[in-house]
Amino acid sequence: MSMLRVEHSLGFAQLQDGGRFGVRHLGVTQGGALDWIAQHWANWLLGNPLDACVIEIPLGGLTLKAEADGWLALTGADLDAKLDQQPLRPWQVFAIRSGQQLTFTQPRSGVRAYLAAAGGFKANPVLGAVATVMREGLGGLHGDGKGLKPGNQLTYSAQPAVSRKMPSEAIPDYKSPVTLQLLVGAQSSQFSGDSLFQLFNQHWTLDQRADRMGMRLTGPELRYQGEPLISEGIPLGAVQVPPDGQPIVLMNDRQTIGGYPRLGALTPSSLARLAQCAPGQKIHLQPISQAQARQDHLALLARWEP
Amino acid sequence: MLRLFDVIDEANIPWLMAAAERLHTAFGAQLIDLVPSYTTLMLHYDGLQLSEAQASERVLQALKGLQPLAINDSGRRHELPVWYHPSVGPDLEALAQRAGCTVEQVVDRHCSRDYPVFTLGFTPGFGYMGLVDPSIAAPRLATPRQRVPQGSVGIAERQTAVYPLVSPGGWNLIGRCPLALFDRERDGYSLLKPGDRVRFVSVDHAEFLRLGGDDASMEPNP
Repeated sequence: MSMLRVEHSLGFAQLQDGGRFGVRHLGVTQGGALDWIAQHWANWLLGNPLDACVIEIPLGGLTLKAEADGWLALTGADLDAKLDQQPLRPWQVFAIRSGQQLTFTQPRSGVRAYLAAAGGFKANPVLGAVATVMREGLGGLHGDGKGLKPGNQLTYSAQPAVSRKMPSEAIPDYKSPVTLQLLVGAQSSQFSGDSLFQLFNQHWTLDQRADRMGMRLTGPELRYQGEPLISEGIPLGAVQVPPDGQPIVLMNDRQTIGGYPRLGALTPSSLARLAQCAPGQKIHLQPISQAQARQDHLALLARWEP
Repeated sequence: MLRLFDVIDEANIPWLMAAAERLHTAFGAQLIDLVPSYTTLMLHYDGLQLSEAQASERVLQALKGLQPLAINDSGRRHELPVWYHPSVGPDLEALAQRAGCTVEQVVDRHCSRDYPVFTLGFTPGFGYMGLVDPSIAAPRLATPRQRVPQGSVGIAERQTAVYPLVSPGGWNLIGRCPLALFDRERDGYSLLKPGDRVRFVSVDHAEFLRLGGDDASMEPNP
């Protein structure tokens, strides 16, 4: 058994797996890694199940110390990680020796880093998942929805199933322009024609109010002309428009039901990309057909097939 | 998204529950989540195993000849004890004043009927129930409270609910329920489920404490 000990944490780094399912009708949200693509790659590098439990590290502010030798993989944002003062590039498997310190300081590219461990970090699932949801007090290391705290001990397997190399063409460039794909649907036909034109032809800016529950975009005012809605279930990635006309993309920790009109939903890979955007990021939206989105998604999943 | 109705009505519930039951059977392991609300069912199926056309066909087959569930089959009936008192229900007196009646009459009216659980949401185990007697309906507070204690019983318009966890909230608080509405150790986790029916029962302070209630008092204003 290998072990990491949390030396320093701002409380935002948290355990995440693939999320909680079959409980949405009880008002329990989904959770799970926001950038699920980076999470999948991290687990793939070590031969873990793709949605095995990883640490999601937003922005930095985390120091871990190895209490035994082990194998880890780092993907996602470049948070200026260092292993005993030596720079550690993301998108690779690396060995950590007992006593070594792993620090994440500040974002240089992207927002969220994913640290996977041989066999996945171990924690008891709550309602079927380890996914930490702070708002609900569910999941995480002790099941109470808390982020990682100094003194927490994270255990994982001594040996990885495999140790793979990252295909270099699959490493994303988080500094490249951001175009997100929207499956147009829901109440989109009841927005003004001008609003729909602006939606895809103007740029949007990611607001400061961007977290695991929702990411607010600012830009032209979108006008809904339909009747008020009766609250209904909200799918992952739904783009809802409150009366101020500024859209909010609903993420993994979203409320389970809601009554604001929606324009449709972002594709899963667009949500992963959005998770790596910092406030102030310029964003373009592009419509995509259901068939194309499905084809793209299957092609992405095929990359991780054994 | 399956839209079965256009307006909120208690009579929707047995139909929604019947549809949910059939869809559970029809989709089996390919069902990821099914979220009922007042007029809709959101069906989340495994899109890798089923195409959109296959899923639509399965829905149509499942809902053919749909009949509403008998009210007793649509869910369980719960009696929820509530200590109605201004120290834990800081809006109780204002609500009585608004209704032009006594606090006792507000309590009687709140306890006078079974409320169906329309849907769960907001926080785990938070059941949206209704509809309360129009005389005790009240708009949400202009400024929501930052912290509503666990178990608080509230009214918003003609809806009523119990806050299962400490959370922010803007409903008019009239009392507190000592029971745990959401417990991750409990089989099924949530005491209430969509389609259940709830009758509130007034209990005194001693009974509230005996049932495990926390009587920490609240400030009258948010």
